[in-house]
Amino acid sequence: MSAMTLIQHLLTGISLGGAYALIAIGYTMVYGILRLINFAHGDIFMMAGYFMIFAMASFPWFISIPITLIATVVLGVLIEKAAYKPLRSAPRMSIMISAIGVSYLLQNLATYLFTALPKSYPEVPFLKRIFQFGEISASLVTLITPVLTVVLVIILIQLINHTKIGMAMRAVSKDTETARLMGIKVDTTISMTFVIGSLLAAVGSILYFTDRMTVYPYSGSLPGLKCFVAAVFGGIGSIPGAVVGGFVIGICETLLVAFGYSTYSDAFTFLLLIVVLLVRPTGLFGEAVTDKV
Amino acid sequence: MLKINDLKVNYGGIEAVKGISFEVPEKSIVTLIGANGAGKSTTLRTIAGLKKPESGSISFLGKDITGTDTSSIIAQGITLVPEGRHVFPDMTVLENIKIGAYLRKDSLEDDINWVYDLFPRLKERSWQLAGTLSGGEQQMLAVARALMSRPKLMMMDEPSLGLAPIIVQGIFDIIREINKQGVTILLIEQNANMALHAADLAYVMETGHITMQGAGKDLLEDESIKAAYLGKKKA
Repeated sequence: MSAMTLIQHLLTGISLGGAYALIAIGYTMVYGILRLINFAHGDIFMMAGYFMIFAMASFPWFISIPITLIATVVLGVLIEKAAYKPLRSAPRMSIMISAIGVSYLLQNLATYLFTALPKSYPEVPFLKRIFQFGEISASLVTLITPVLTVVLVIILIQLINHTKIGMAMRAVSKDTETARLMGIKVDTTISMTFVIGSLLAAVGSILYFTDRMTVYPYSGSLPGLKCFVAAVFGGIGSIPGAVVGGFVIGICETLLVAFGYSTYSDAFTFLLLIVVLLVRPTGLFGEAVTDKV
Repeated sequence: MLKINDLKVNYGGIEAVKGISFEVPEKSIVTLIGANGAGKSTTLRTIAGLKKPESGSISFLGKDITGTDTSSIIAQGITLVPEGRHVFPDMTVLENIKIGAYLRKDSLEDDINWVYDLFPRLKERSWQLAGTLSGGEQQMLAVARALMSRPKLMMMDEPSLGLAPIIVQGIFDIIREINKQGVTILLIEQNANMALHAADLAYVMETGHITMQGAGKDLLEDESIKAAYLGKKKA
């Protein structure tokens, strides 16, 4: 393989990794605040794909994108209010099972509403513009994804470290009851986490599907699982961890395909999960949690 | 200022507080003493809105606040320094102080200076992570954080827990100082000796009931209190 083709594949991998990173942040933030693996997150990402298809059917892209973002946020917050909030004081396993239920519900709802046949994803013309650098060619979406990911992550980290709502999020994720004693409205803070997670999933969805061209009701399950692995790999609860995890998985997966091992590209992700859980269960940047007795 | 009337609270399926009534007069230091499991913490947590009572009422400054959510109770001027301090270990000392003023929208500068004057140790450690402070410093931080909401009533759950006697003395000096500056104090303690010396008014709580009440100084002289809580044999 020539250096040029390798760079070409790396570009694709970095781009896929950026989309994964955006989705993985949703897993890690919700885990950080609720200690919940939001199994429905991948399906929220899938629904964002359909929202874009339907929005683009009637509106130009610059209106469709905000519609998609807003609709996805509304869906994410509704799921939290309907399926997770009533279980706030229930054992953690119950809310986890509720999340699995929501995941299947969304997949079946999508099948019922939109049929199981893949729907073609609309093209946002400017995103598909091809750039040529010598032998390497890339569409704008490939180039824009990692940049946008990094910019969004920087904004997010600033938000968490330097704003009041960010402070509230950190407080709630560390010690919910004491946060409440500070006057922090815990439910509002949790909703805000779902707003951010869903928003990033919607952005990830637009970038991801623009490159893949079709959406079907199970489009979210495998990417969702991979992003969950990315979050675990980076250390669940850690935002930089989720970003690094997303990029690692995106790049490795693409390179495996490039080297002709496409059969094993999905298996790799789960092998990585097993190895991480065996060798370093807290992930790259995760902190060891010591349970106080 | 604070009136509790026939308050009943369940905790984990058992009745932890079995119908208590007491009052906290404005600008006073009031203490609830009693053994572990007497229902003292549950009482404070219920006043702060962290637990919902089965029955009874809580009124603050003439307003019924029974069953109100914590956020609005804090906004009305009540604060609770929780048992075990519970500072946010990953935040700096200054961030912990700022988060105490979460509901306020005005300038915090004067109050930050005020708590730093009360606790010069915290000022020196402003940029340190709260998790690296000693137990006594964490207790100071928990008090400073609570003061940032500009409370009219500060409730404290076992401020002396796990601290060396000399530190405990310092904490009680600060409690008196804060009280002098106009903040009413409701204190629960297992260290009955310290608490009764500081208190204008004291209530004794046993298994969910208030069994005795009086001025702190009087209870210090009471024979049954001496035997049960002060480790002195009945004469």
